[in-house]
Amino acid sequence: MSEPLRLAVPRGALFAETLDLLDAIGVDTAPLRSDSRSLLFEGSELTLVTMRPSDVPTYVEAGAVDLGITGKDVLMEQEERVVYELLDLGYGYCRMVVATRSGNDADELERRLGAIRIASKYPRVASRYFEQSGRQAEVIEVKGSVELAPLTGLAEGIVDLTASGRTLRENSLEIREVIADCTARLVANRVAHKLRQSEIDELVERIDAR
Amino acid sequence: MHHLIPPGTRDILPDEMRELRRLSSALLGTFDRFGYGEVWTPTMEYEDVLVQGDERAAGASYRLFDENGQVLALRSDMTIPIARVVANRYADAEPPLRLCYLSHAYRAVRPQRGQQREFLQAGVELIGSDAPEGTGEVLEVLCAALDAAGLPRARVGLGDAGLFRNLLEDIGVEPEARARVLAALERHDFVALEGEVGSLGIGDRMGDALVRLAQLRGGSDVIEQAAELGGEDVARAASRLRDTATEIERRGIADRVIFDLGLVRDLGYYSGAIFEVYDPAVGHVIGGGGRYDDLLERFGRALPACGFALYVERVHVAQAEEERRAGESQAGSAGSAAGDAATKGAP
Repeated sequence: MSEPLRLAVPRGALFAETLDLLDAIGVDTAPLRSDSRSLLFEGSELTLVTMRPSDVPTYVEAGAVDLGITGKDVLMEQEERVVYELLDLGYGYCRMVVATRSGNDADELERRLGAIRIASKYPRVASRYFEQSGRQAEVIEVKGSVELAPLTGLAEGIVDLTASGRTLRENSLEIREVIADCTARLVANRVAHKLRQSEIDELVERIDAR
Repeated sequence: MHHLIPPGTRDILPDEMRELRRLSSALLGTFDRFGYGEVWTPTMEYEDVLVQGDERAAGASYRLFDENGQVLALRSDMTIPIARVVANRYADAEPPLRLCYLSHAYRAVRPQRGQQREFLQAGVELIGSDAPEGTGEVLEVLCAALDAAGLPRARVGLGDAGLFRNLLEDIGVEPEARARVLAALERHDFVALEGEVGSLGIGDRMGDALVRLAQLRGGSDVIEQAAELGGEDVARAASRLRDTATEIERRGIADRVIFDLGLVRDLGYYSGAIFEVYDPAVGHVIGGGGRYDDLLERFGRALPACGFALYVERVHVAQAEEERRAGESQAGSAGSAAGDAATKGAP
């Protein structure tokens, strides 16, 4: 009767494992694997829409897609968006950390300066974390390689996502604190969650049972 | 030269205004048919009066000082002003009272989310009629209003404001942990909910049941699944829901209602039944409401009450989508009819 559910699929780091997940529950992902230019793939059961992970909450909240997969880091940064977080998908494990230059005594610096400068692609996560731990930080938002900030003196530290810590080490940065563990999550639009209850529950069950 | 207006506000020009006026008249006409009289109240009220109704209601709205240094606040909904009107102006009137409104309300917005700082609400308040009859009547008026707006696909989600809290109390969860569980539920974060519930030490079976309960939605059979889980308080909440289910069955609107045991609403004054209105054409809720049996007492007239508000501008978006779909299917069937005629006409 109604159109297939629309699922936002994140391009980038979570893309490959998301396609594996879809394969595992019997959704045909061959078109997504072969065609890199199309953005929207219509299927009989699911319409897959590929986008940047950070756009997923926007599309889901507005109901432009019914469901989406994105990282917990994105959801933390866009905390105000009203989406239903249905499942921890388990893959894409990373940690959100505070890192500063190796050997640099960050505590001493923080004590003397009263506030430290933190560069991050996650300015809201960073601000909230420092506020909640009763400290002051001047958070500087950057879009690209955040490791550059401490190396050039833009900031004393960074808040960023790390999987193995290798990029941090290669740039002489050391993890000081872990803010949160992040994995891929399945989220749903509030209205779709109610109006298409049986289809969504069924999909969640299949993913959970994979 | 371009003159700014605040984000979340807008000008409405004649083409849109004609449609909004037509929609508003259809809604008010429905309210009138059920015997609800329209009221206007001041856009701004004394803040301390609004706060009496709900601490959070005034906090979200805009405040200003009058010439005497008194703090005024723009109303964030019509429920509290109407509670005040009932206490002031209908102090001795025989209940029930049936009042309705078409009014702007004001709430703080987050930037770039398409949220309106100033928005138009159409709704009713039924004062002095108990659950379940009162709840049933309000839901019937709501369904009639959705029909009048031309939204056959719209549905009403119905839950109970106290259910989850009661259940946590019944199974003896400490207040602090309870607050954490409820916060996860309010954020609609079932992953966090599962984590919080897992750390309660209530056993796997009860824990799983709680997490499942938060996502139970569907026909009235979901009420029984909830009732099996808890003690006395849950039994009371479930029996409230059961009575409401019988009532909406009797009024013939059961197919429009989705029972939703995880439903939570962010206003503090709700008690008992709560509802949200959904339409597949709009990703956000297009209305909401519920019972607020303790609110009137805060203004000095203890009466049970129930009401709902529709966000008129969002209802308009849904209406436009329904008309587009109707136009499409009509064009589709006209096209195929023409095709049939052509086939039949062929030798």
